[in-house]
Amino acid sequence: MELVNIFIKSAFIENMVLTYFLGMCSYLAVSKTVKTAFGLGLAVIFVLGITMPINWLINNYLLAEGGILGQDLTFLRLILFIAVIASMVQLVEMVIEKLSPSLYNSLGIFLPLITVNCAILGGNLFMVTREYNFTESVAFGLGGGFGWFLAIIAIAAIREKIRYSNVPAPLRGLGMAFIITGLMGIAFLSLLGIDPAAF
Amino acid sequence: MAETTQLEKPAIKKREPLFGPKERKLLTDPLNDNNPITVQVLGICSALAVTTLVWPSFIMAIAVVFVCAFSSLFTSLLRKSIPKQVRMIVQLVIIATLVTIVEMTLRAVDYAVSRQLAVFIGLIITNCIVMGRLEAFAMANKPWRSFLDGVGNGLGYGGILLAVAVVRELFGKGSLFAGSPIEWKIIGPSADYMLNTTTISWLGWYQNNNLMVLSCAAMFIIGVFIWIHRSWNPKLVDVS
Repeated sequence: MELVNIFIKSAFIENMVLTYFLGMCSYLAVSKTVKTAFGLGLAVIFVLGITMPINWLINNYLLAEGGILGQDLTFLRLILFIAVIASMVQLVEMVIEKLSPSLYNSLGIFLPLITVNCAILGGNLFMVTREYNFTESVAFGLGGGFGWFLAIIAIAAIREKIRYSNVPAPLRGLGMAFIITGLMGIAFLSLLGIDPAAF
Repeated sequence: MAETTQLEKPAIKKREPLFGPKERKLLTDPLNDNNPITVQVLGICSALAVTTLVWPSFIMAIAVVFVCAFSSLFTSLLRKSIPKQVRMIVQLVIIATLVTIVEMTLRAVDYAVSRQLAVFIGLIITNCIVMGRLEAFAMANKPWRSFLDGVGNGLGYGGILLAVAVVRELFGKGSLFAGSPIEWKIIGPSADYMLNTTTISWLGWYQNNNLMVLSCAAMFIIGVFIWIHRSWNPKLVDVS
């Protein structure tokens, strides 16, 4: 039950994008159509879900004071986390290129940029500060990724519809995307009232 | 002596001016036509999270200018010896080193602000502006120009950051530069403030806007900035 709580909490109540505003760059740039948003969302779920346990192992068995090396190496945390994330993103990139070249082309530069997606590094750092255990970190990674996926699908759908509305020309596109995200953020604030223990 | 000066002279003539119109363009372009936040949409996360107060945003802006400028410089110096396949890792190592320098310096100089900014100074590593400029500019240009490009983009980013922070702090808390040596209290319900809402009768209705403290407010403010920027500079309007 504890794991379900963490999943729901990280996906809805503490949504990566709409509560912490992490991973905004690719969120805003790739949300023009639902199809590409779907692909990137899945990639983020995968990368978060896989880097979280790997980094948990690295953090607890390699860097922590009681680890294999027997020394406190936590100052190397940022560099090692980034290295793990970069290699996982490389893996996802190769898989997507093989399975769906059209998705690969439409994601363009933003696929390698998942490496510098703050949601991934931010999520990994949250995992450290909140002191999750191994299974909890998996649930947190998948939940956070799912929340990100949900948010980018939602805004992509809204942006597809809003193309037919009469938005003032200078506000069209990016400006409107910012304001919609702000409104979605306010909507998600109301989920703060949910008690995850009730599930 | 005479021979060496004669040899040097033609070399100096061939060199391009150190700060000509092209270089000036590199500095001013990111401030307007190619602004990192309102046009390129890079580096939004920190812009949203840090801007509740002006003083931390100011520190953050300086940190980003520093990291952006020097990572561009070093990447550009190394650009011919970096193999293409591992360039991202090399760039990340350069950025991470500079960010660590900034973090340690800040901790030594102003500990209170460094605790306020804690995660976000670290997240400069994943700030897309820095990485984006390295990929787009520094890997293909000479060191001095890359340095100027880095400074320009850092300033373009910092300018928006400060503008957002001024709006949010003024309307959300009624002060400016809170927590810094030059703290200004503008408007509020006590005698410390310049405009005291309890004694000035026609300001009695004034309340701080708590929405401005929420991170959603930053989204609205940046949205409105984009609106203003694009109506003032119509060639940026999104035609799609």
